[in-house]
Amino acid sequence: MSARIAYIASNTFREAVRDRVLYNLIAFALLMSGAAILVGQVSFGIERLVVVNLGLSAVSLFGIVIAIFIGIGLVSKEIEKRTLYTVLSRPVQRWEFIVGKFFGLAGTLAVNTFLMAIGVFAALLYVSRQFHGTDGWIAVALYFSILQFLMMTALALFFSSFASPLMAAVFAFALFVIGNFSEDLRGFAAMTHGLQRWLATGAAYLLPNFSALNIITSVAHEQPVSSSLIFYNTIYALVYTAMVMAAGVLIFQRRNLK
Amino acid sequence: MPAIEILGLEKTYSVGFWRKRPKRALLPLHLKVEKGEVFGFLGPNGAGKSTTLKLLMGLVFPTSGSAKILDMDLDDPRMKARIGFLPEQPYFYDYLTGQELLNYYAQLSGVPGKERSHRVATMLERVGLKDAANVQLRKFSKGMLQRVGIAQAILHNPEVVFLDEPMSGLDPMGRREVRELMEQLKHEGKTVFFSTHILSDAEALCDRVAVINKGELRGVGAISELTSTVQGKIEIVWRGTAIPAALKNMNAEFFVSGDSVRAILPEQQQEAALETLQRERLHLISLTPLRTSLEEYYLQKVQQASANATQTAAGGRA
Repeated sequence: MSARIAYIASNTFREAVRDRVLYNLIAFALLMSGAAILVGQVSFGIERLVVVNLGLSAVSLFGIVIAIFIGIGLVSKEIEKRTLYTVLSRPVQRWEFIVGKFFGLAGTLAVNTFLMAIGVFAALLYVSRQFHGTDGWIAVALYFSILQFLMMTALALFFSSFASPLMAAVFAFALFVIGNFSEDLRGFAAMTHGLQRWLATGAAYLLPNFSALNIITSVAHEQPVSSSLIFYNTIYALVYTAMVMAAGVLIFQRRNLK
Repeated sequence: MPAIEILGLEKTYSVGFWRKRPKRALLPLHLKVEKGEVFGFLGPNGAGKSTTLKLLMGLVFPTSGSAKILDMDLDDPRMKARIGFLPEQPYFYDYLTGQELLNYYAQLSGVPGKERSHRVATMLERVGLKDAANVQLRKFSKGMLQRVGIAQAILHNPEVVFLDEPMSGLDPMGRREVRELMEQLKHEGKTVFFSTHILSDAEALCDRVAVINKGELRGVGAISELTSTVQGKIEIVWRGTAIPAALKNMNAEFFVSGDSVRAILPEQQQEAALETLQRERLHLISLTPLRTSLEEYYLQKVQQASANATQTAAGGRA
């Protein structure tokens, strides 16, 4: 990774921190502590299930919202405010700028997720009084959430490289929703024939498969996660992210910054 | 080898949503700026000055033509390490302090780590922002932002500096400071290419200027050369309140105040006017050639462009 990418990433991270993006952690902390206290009082035997489900869903939701709403502004805001002019008039390639921005937001999300993970485990310890061996799978679910965030950040950046912030937000959010039903799309493709099948299969491969990365329910039920799933999900998410980033860079390379 | 060589750079945008139509922002531009020159790029708003600068910075891509800076192509990163750029009405990362901003730009420009903090501190002092080094840019005034803008443009000791409307929006004090900074750059041997529509700044600073209007280059040269092409005038002052009839026919303007008359008339009428005053036995107080200003040249070129455009439009309708 070139030093310039690291500088841009570090500046993006600093921007997120100073723009108080990490303040979402306060809301998350309140949610987790409230849930832990409430669950302890109203449920019996399913405290762990509720806390894990709620905690992991909140981590995912908070992360996706940050990835979309910060991601869509990463490029368009720089063009609108013309801060990009003084960056690209230096020995910085356009692709380095995009990749630096991506790593900056990815870093922000990783730190955010790590801090929220501490909150999830703290709430779990509060309701269960001790950790169990199966709690390790929660870390895998959190890892999958980070992979989702990487894909979502790449998609938001991709849309941000050519669309207005509003349109980019609409596209990114729509893809997130569709991506959560991608298994259904694959099922639909299997049931159809001819052109329909081709189109449905093509769409299923083109759209992000977020449902494969969502193992919250199974982890809440203490079901193990296979190492092959971890491996294939990692490869899938990284390749998908790289391809979306490449498409975003390709568009941005040719864009006139009026 | 010229510092900047523009070879037929042209830009046409597509405008409109459904039915795209071309809009020519810059007609083929040919221009050379030599090393060490302070070059003014003059024109009214919307003339194509910023488009030219954006093309040179690689922010927009030309429809045709090319350019070289320091004999390197516009997309060459080695060239970009040797130039500085201040955009028009700059806006910087306002969550950073002055020091952090310059440090970031120094990193991106490849200033070695060992030199960076010294270079940043020196630059802040040079533009008079030493005391504001740790203040976030969102608390900066417009003048301070312009100064930090100039600092980021010259921070990495570039050979060629491009400044887009560097005096725009500044108060007289701020303009004077920027002017002094540009003079310093000139003394350091840097090539400065700056766009402006404030002619007095161009007149005070530039070795050569180019006038552009409606995307077309209207003239280029040293200020003295350009202004010599515009017809000069003289001012004659004599005692009394009488204005001889012969002078009234000389396409002159007269201003009577107290017991003297001031007349402004074309330079070629000088001999005839003096003869008339002598014949009428009027007492001559002074004769002063009025220096033709860059403003007159500029207005002539800009008005000429407008007249040509009107003629073309009328011809098209006929």
